[in-house]
Amino acid sequence: MTSFWAVLSATLVKDIRLEWRSKDALNSMLFFSLLVVVIFVFSFDPLAEESRHIVGGLVWVAFLFAAVVALNQTWARELRNQVLDAYRVSPAPANSLFLAKSVGNFLFVSVLETLMTPLFIVFYNLHVLGPAWQLIPIALLGTWALVVNGTFFAAMSLRTRNREIMLPLLLFPISIPAVLGMVAGTTAVLTGENSAHFYIVLLLTYDVVFTTASLALFGTILHAE
Amino acid sequence: MKKIFPILSIVTVVLLGYALYLALVVAPTDALQGEVYRIIYYHVPSAWTAFLLFFINFVASIRYLTRSKASTENAAKWVAIGIGVVGLIAPFLPPVRRLIPPGMEPSAVATTIVLIPALYFLVGKLFPGDRLDVLAVTSAEVGVVFCTIVLITGPLWARPVWGIWWAPGDIRLTSTLVLWLIYVSYLVLRRFSNSAQTQMLAAALAVFGALDVPLVYLSIWFFRTQHPQPVIGGGGSMDPRMLHVLLFSWGAFLLFGFLVCWSRFRLELLKREVEQAHAMESLAGAEDSEKASLPLSRSSR
Amino acid sequence: MNAVKFLFAAYLATWAIHLFYIGTLVRRFSRLRQQLRELGKGK
Repeated sequence: MTSFWAVLSATLVKDIRLEWRSKDALNSMLFFSLLVVVIFVFSFDPLAEESRHIVGGLVWVAFLFAAVVALNQTWARELRNQVLDAYRVSPAPANSLFLAKSVGNFLFVSVLETLMTPLFIVFYNLHVLGPAWQLIPIALLGTWALVVNGTFFAAMSLRTRNREIMLPLLLFPISIPAVLGMVAGTTAVLTGENSAHFYIVLLLTYDVVFTTASLALFGTILHAE
Repeated sequence: MKKIFPILSIVTVVLLGYALYLALVVAPTDALQGEVYRIIYYHVPSAWTAFLLFFINFVASIRYLTRSKASTENAAKWVAIGIGVVGLIAPFLPPVRRLIPPGMEPSAVATTIVLIPALYFLVGKLFPGDRLDVLAVTSAEVGVVFCTIVLITGPLWARPVWGIWWAPGDIRLTSTLVLWLIYVSYLVLRRFSNSAQTQMLAAALAVFGALDVPLVYLSIWFFRTQHPQPVIGGGGSMDPRMLHVLLFSWGAFLLFGFLVCWSRFRLELLKREVEQAHAMESLAGAEDSEKASLPLSRSSR
Repeated sequence: MNAVKFLFAAYLATWAIHLFYIGTLVRRFSRLRQQLRELGKGK
C-alpha cells in the first residue's frame, strides 16, 4: 500500500513541477481558453433573454475543449522521454500511475476552469438564481468525469496513428451522459427553475462507475503488448 | 459448411421477400398513423438486431479481457452464472414483480435475463481464443450497419407522424445514437491502432461503452421529465396481427444478419491469414538477405 | 400520399445501406484473395 501512495505522490509532484517549470503548455492553454470564451461571446448573443439558459451549455463545451487539449499533452511528454516503457518494466502498480496522471490532469483543467469562469460571468452578466453552492459539486464531479475517462483514453490513443484526434473521438461518445448532467445541472442552478439534485447524483454515479472501470482496466492497457 | 451458405442465402431472400409482402400488404392499416407506420417493420427489427449484435460484442470483449488470467476468467464465469440464477428467480418474486412494467410477463423477463449467461457460455464454447476477437470486430461492424438503419428510418418515421425529424427527449432514438457513436469510435480505434494491442484496447472500450449505456438512458429519462416534450401518441399494446408481422420480419432480418456476420467473420479470418503470410514472407526475405550478409531490413508496416 | 413517400424512402434506405455494406465485403474479399495469390506466386 505504501508503494502505491508513494508512486502516486511522486509522479504527481513530478508532473506539477514539470508543468510549472515549462509553463508553455499552461500559457498556451490559458490563451486558448480565453479565445474559446470570446468566440462563444460573438456567436451566442449575451444580451438575449435566453442566454441564462444556454450559458450552462456554453461553459461546459468550452471546458470540454480545453480539457481535450490539456489531456493530449500529458501523455505526449511521457512518450517523448520513453517514460512509459520505464513504467511498464518497473514494479510500480499501474493504478498509481493512472491516478497520478488523472489527479494531475484534474488540477490542470481545474485551473483553466477557474480562469475561464470569471470571463463567462463578466461577458454574460451572470448572476445565479438558484443555490450557488451546488455549482461546486457539479464542477468537481463534472471535471473529474471528463478527466478520468480522458486520461484513460489518452493512454489508449498513444499508440494509434492519429493520436490527437483519437482522444476526443473516443472520449465524447462515452461522456455524453456526464455532459448532459453537467450542463443540465449548471443550467438548473443558474436559472433556479428546477433542482440539480438528480444531476449531481448522476455525476457521482458516473464518476464512481468509470473511475472503478479505469482503475480495473488500466493495467491491461499499459501492459498490452 | 460451404454448401450451406448459398442455400441459406436463398432461404433468407425468400423470407425477406415474404416479410416485405406481410409488411406492406397483409398487415392492417394503423388507425392513427395510416400507412407510414409500416416503417416499424424495418425500424424495430433493425434495432433489436443491432442491440443483439452489440451485446454479443460486449460478451466477446469481456471474455477476451478476462481470458489472460485464470482468476478473472473464473470470476467472470461466476458472475454470469449468478446473473442467470437471479434472472431465473427474481422476476417471480413479488417485490420485483411490481417493478415490471404492465404488459410484460415475468417469464419473458426471466427468459431475456437468462439469455445473458447462455450467450456468455455459448460464445466461449464456439469462439475459442483469438476467434473471440474476430467475433468482436464482426459483431461491432455489422451492428453499426443495422444501427445506422435504425437512425435513418427513425427520423423518416418521425417526420410525417410527429412533424419533427428528431425529438431530443426521444429516449430510445437518442440512446441508440449514443450507442452508434460509441461503436463507430470502436471501429475507428480498431482501424488506427497497431495490431498488437488493438484487440485489448478495443475490448476495454467495448466494456466502457456497455457501462455507459444505462447511464445514457438514465440521464435522458430524467432530462425528459424536466422538459416539455412533444406529445407523442402511441404506447399501449399492439394489434396481434401487427405483432406477428413484426416478429416474422425480425426473424427474417436475424437470419440475414447472421449470414452477413458469417461473411464478415470469414473475411476477417482471411485477412489475418494474409497478414500472417505477409509476415512470413518478410521473415523469409530477411533470412535470405542475412545469408547474403546484407543489413537486416525491417518490414515497414 | 405525402406520408407514404417516407415509408418508401425508409425501405429504400434500408436496402441501399445493406447492399452497400455487402458490396464492401465483396470488394475486400476479392482484394484479399488477390493478395493471397500474389504471395503464393512470390514464394
